[in-house]
Amino acid sequence: MTSHPTAAELSEAVAAFEAEPVLPGDVRQAFLARVTDNARATLAREAEHGARLEAEAVERLTALLGQAGDFAALNARLCEALRDGAIDPLDPALLAHLRATAVGQIAIDQPGYGGLAALLAAEAY
Amino acid sequence: MDVAAALDRLAPRLSPTATRALNARRLSGGASLETWAFDLDDATPLILRRQPDSAIPRETALPLAGEAALIRAADAAGAPAPRVVHVCEPGDDLGEAYVMRRLEGETLGRRIVRDEAFAAVRPGLARRCGEVLARIHAIPTEGLPPLATSDARGELARYEAVYRQMGAARPILEAAFRWLEAIAPPPPERPVLVHGDFRNGNLMIHPEGGLVGVLDWELAHLGDPAEDLGWICVNSWRFGEWKKPVGGFGDYADLLDGHGGDIALDRVRFWQALGSLKWGVMCLMMYQSFATGADRSIERAMIGRRASETEIDLVALMEAA
Repeated sequence: MTSHPTAAELSEAVAAFEAEPVLPGDVRQAFLARVTDNARATLAREAEHGARLEAEAVERLTALLGQAGDFAALNARLCEALRDGAIDPLDPALLAHLRATAVGQIAIDQPGYGGLAALLAAEAY
Repeated sequence: MDVAAALDRLAPRLSPTATRALNARRLSGGASLETWAFDLDDATPLILRRQPDSAIPRETALPLAGEAALIRAADAAGAPAPRVVHVCEPGDDLGEAYVMRRLEGETLGRRIVRDEAFAAVRPGLARRCGEVLARIHAIPTEGLPPLATSDARGELARYEAVYRQMGAARPILEAAFRWLEAIAPPPPERPVLVHGDFRNGNLMIHPEGGLVGVLDWELAHLGDPAEDLGWICVNSWRFGEWKKPVGGFGDYADLLDGHGGDIALDRVRFWQALGSLKWGVMCLMMYQSFATGADRSIERAMIGRRASETEIDLVALMEAA
């Protein structure tokens, strides 16, 4: 489900950084070391939740589109339906799927992001 | 190129009481432009902005001499801007560059929205942003350097083309393009000078003086004044303070009042949503430079995962529509 980058690409970037020689006092490298720590945490969350979130997304997409398929095919089909106007961007069933997708994805990428709290607060009304 | 040596030679032309330049150091940040801080031996604090020798020509950004002209126009109009001291000429050996006064303050959004040091200025900051933007938007456009003109539909089409070219399948962005296209406001009757990147990070905030400088004019253009008001409300620049829509420090009403009450909240919210969408596409673009091998740094890879923050914000905005 998760791309841009995929977990494999992210792991590769982490490994490449780890293979670099340590330059004590290098400000840029210290910054990249913090980014790499975040990437490891992201990968750990993805390993824990990714498969379940994708299975749930496939279930929702199947119901929304009335078609069977794997995540990539169904997701591409949804993009097409939005692009050609077959599904209205504010359709409530669509928005329910998009909300669940966004909440799942942010749980992997940035669980502390303020937009998650904002969306969940909106739910209370 | 030896920037420090060139600045040293230039020093007497930057201040009548100076003979030398001291402490030249490159500041972090700014992938497309170099920013250097330095001092003169008469204690004048200065900043050099220059195009790196190897720079790829920037498609959308303004030439540096044009940027300097805009900063001077803003200064003349009473908007806080650093004073431009010198626009470099070929004999200065600094390439395309200009020198301005160095302002004192903070640009890091996280500190501005959270640190105790800024607690006293935060309550008035949204109104002040509105007032400053009103001054910028009122600058007569006749005397300005050549600038591109853009409107809501044009921006949507431009970013959709970038998104399509990447071949990404992101349903939330697809929905947002269609939604915003359906509600895009017509261009303003008279396009105004738009700063184009008015947000935390480009605003110099002083713990007592508040907003003392609007920086980074390279994305300035002619267009809809609501674009600048919407951009500073994008959640990505609120640094966790999501209940304060204006930059993580203020409310819509103060921003709109400060501007003079001439812009409707709906129009600002439209541009805010378009801002989130643009930032989402920009995150994916920056990831592309990792994917294509142009920049294999972990930083470029991880920025792609920030597209999902704009997606969650867009869902919230679409639900509220």
